Amino acid sequence: MEAPSPFPRVTPTAIRRNVLEQAKRANVGHIGSALSVADIMAVLFSGRLDRAGSGAGPGARDRFVLSKGHAALALYAALHLQGRIDKAVLDTYCGNGSHLGVHPEKGLPGIDFSTGSLGQGLSMGAGAALAMKLKGAPGRVRVLMSDAELNEGSTWEAAMFAAHRKLGNLDLILDLNGQQALGHTRDVLDLDPLRPRWEAFGWDVREADGHDAVSMQRHLESMAEDPHQPSILIARTVCGKGVSFMESQVKWHYWPMSDAQYAEALAELERAA
Amino acid sequence: MRKALIRTLVELAERDPRVLFLTADLGYTVVEPFADRFPDRFFNVGVAEQNMLGLATGLAEGGFIPYVYSIATFSALRPYEFIRNGPVLQKLPVRIIGVGGGFEYAPAGPTHYALEDVGVLRMLPGLHVIAPADFRQCRSALLSLHDAPGPAYFRLGKDDACELPGLEGRFEPGRAQVVRQGKDMLFIAMGPSAVPCVKAAESLAALGIESTVMVVASMSPPPVADLVSMLSGFPAAITVEAHYAVGGLGSLVCETVAEHNLNCKITRRGVTGSPAGLQGDQDFMNRLHGLSAEQLAETALKIHGESRSPRAGTGPWAPAGDWGPVPDPQAPRKESGRARSGASGALQNPP
Repeated sequence: MEAPSPFPRVTPTAIRRNVLEQAKRANVGHIGSALSVADIMAVLFSGRLDRAGSGAGPGARDRFVLSKGHAALALYAALHLQGRIDKAVLDTYCGNGSHLGVHPEKGLPGIDFSTGSLGQGLSMGAGAALAMKLKGAPGRVRVLMSDAELNEGSTWEAAMFAAHRKLGNLDLILDLNGQQALGHTRDVLDLDPLRPRWEAFGWDVREADGHDAVSMQRHLESMAEDPHQPSILIARTVCGKGVSFMESQVKWHYWPMSDAQYAEALAELERAA
Repeated sequence: MRKALIRTLVELAERDPRVLFLTADLGYTVVEPFADRFPDRFFNVGVAEQNMLGLATGLAEGGFIPYVYSIATFSALRPYEFIRNGPVLQKLPVRIIGVGGGFEYAPAGPTHYALEDVGVLRMLPGLHVIAPADFRQCRSALLSLHDAPGPAYFRLGKDDACELPGLEGRFEPGRAQVVRQGKDMLFIAMGPSAVPCVKAAESLAALGIESTVMVVASMSPPPVADLVSMLSGFPAAITVEAHYAVGGLGSLVCETVAEHNLNCKITRRGVTGSPAGLQGDQDFMNRLHGLSAEQLAETALKIHGESRSPRAGTGPWAPAGDWGPVPDPQAPRKESGRARSGASGALQNPP
């Protein structure tokens, strides 16, 4: 049983609102990716699943690896909503002299690893999980990865290692939105059959709607039960989720918003809230 | 140096529970003493060097000091971006061991020759890049940097027996070591390349030319003050490295000469052409690329003659392969003592 989080609850709508505000203020893209993981981040950074920064020693607290570093804005938003990044700092996002870039850097509160180059997060997460096992520490390592990172061979090196070393304290959450920079994953490099591939690699495989907090929470809690097998939660998501004109549109991987699009996106978010 | 490495790591691991050893499935008959003594701290991660560096990053973030081991090309080049984004960017104490610099794995072929590892790694800020000259200096360097908060790369030779005369295991990050002193010629060598330099110096001494031989093991941080001090005392110098002539020691010395406005003409000896094609043993490959003791002596003779002529310092850089006349190896040699003149007192002199 994990200790309760010392931080306020983080809601997906609040993450999305912050994502839109900051993306507009900084006039940058990667909005679709950040919206895609807003519900996952809300689950990971709320309630019992989040012990990061809970005051436990460095060996005991959980670790989080945002392997899809380009969704850092959603992470900054979650950390802001937890009170770990204050508004004045968040408002420096992508500005000159800011510590908050498009991809996250180790050293900020709540950020354990620098990421941004795809396919490196699972290796670092497996190393962190091994470190915890060697110390007999109770923490867990959670890695949030984009589906396109499965194109990288190093991801599968780490997958083999984690199963071989029985890293049951390692949870991989796959943001399966089916899109990558230049198109749909099924057209660029098909990931199917996805579930059997991970099963063949020796992982405990779960599937959930990546916008259904209750389902994801249930899986993430039960994934901790087997101490000898790493787990993957395949979270089926929609890129750009929550803003209808961005949903499943490849162009919103990179594009920033116009004033009119920003107003429309915010209004839609408030209507749904 | 591999046996010295494992002996030293066993010793460190006895007193420091943070020490872990990871290998990408290499080190047969080398790594066993560590694996047998600390089976729970030894990990063969398989032939997966990228993952090995990623794992080491995660382990170091968790408070461990992982030593990762493979042949130099595979531990330095294959996972280069993992090194860059992992221990370097995140300032973590990962220790990368690359075995076999230059042509040490000859005749394994060009995939196994580490000719650019030092060059590409010394560009990375905060990464110690260390090329020990012999097993005693290897041990000193490992002990010296074990507690360093940032990452380190060790380019280790396969030779476990050769000891560089006059070095006595001395090592200090950011310093160079002088193993032989003479007023007429200056050799600056990266790691084990000091061995043929000393041999060349001995044959030159037989001709009445006394040479200084300086060893650079600490390629990063570079021994700038020692280099400036030494280069200031010579009109010409030869840099020698089992590495491409671009990016390694020769480049470091040229950078130092230029940035400090020194009046010293540098001749770089390193690999200037493709290593593909002709194969042979290490001595053959070194000779093929102008790195044998005899060829270095010839180069020195030529430079020595130029530096005493009215055209000193104006001649073109001699391209690889232009070695001039070969001295008769059967010619009688004069007894060569260890000259003591011509070097700065600020340097680490032989004991």
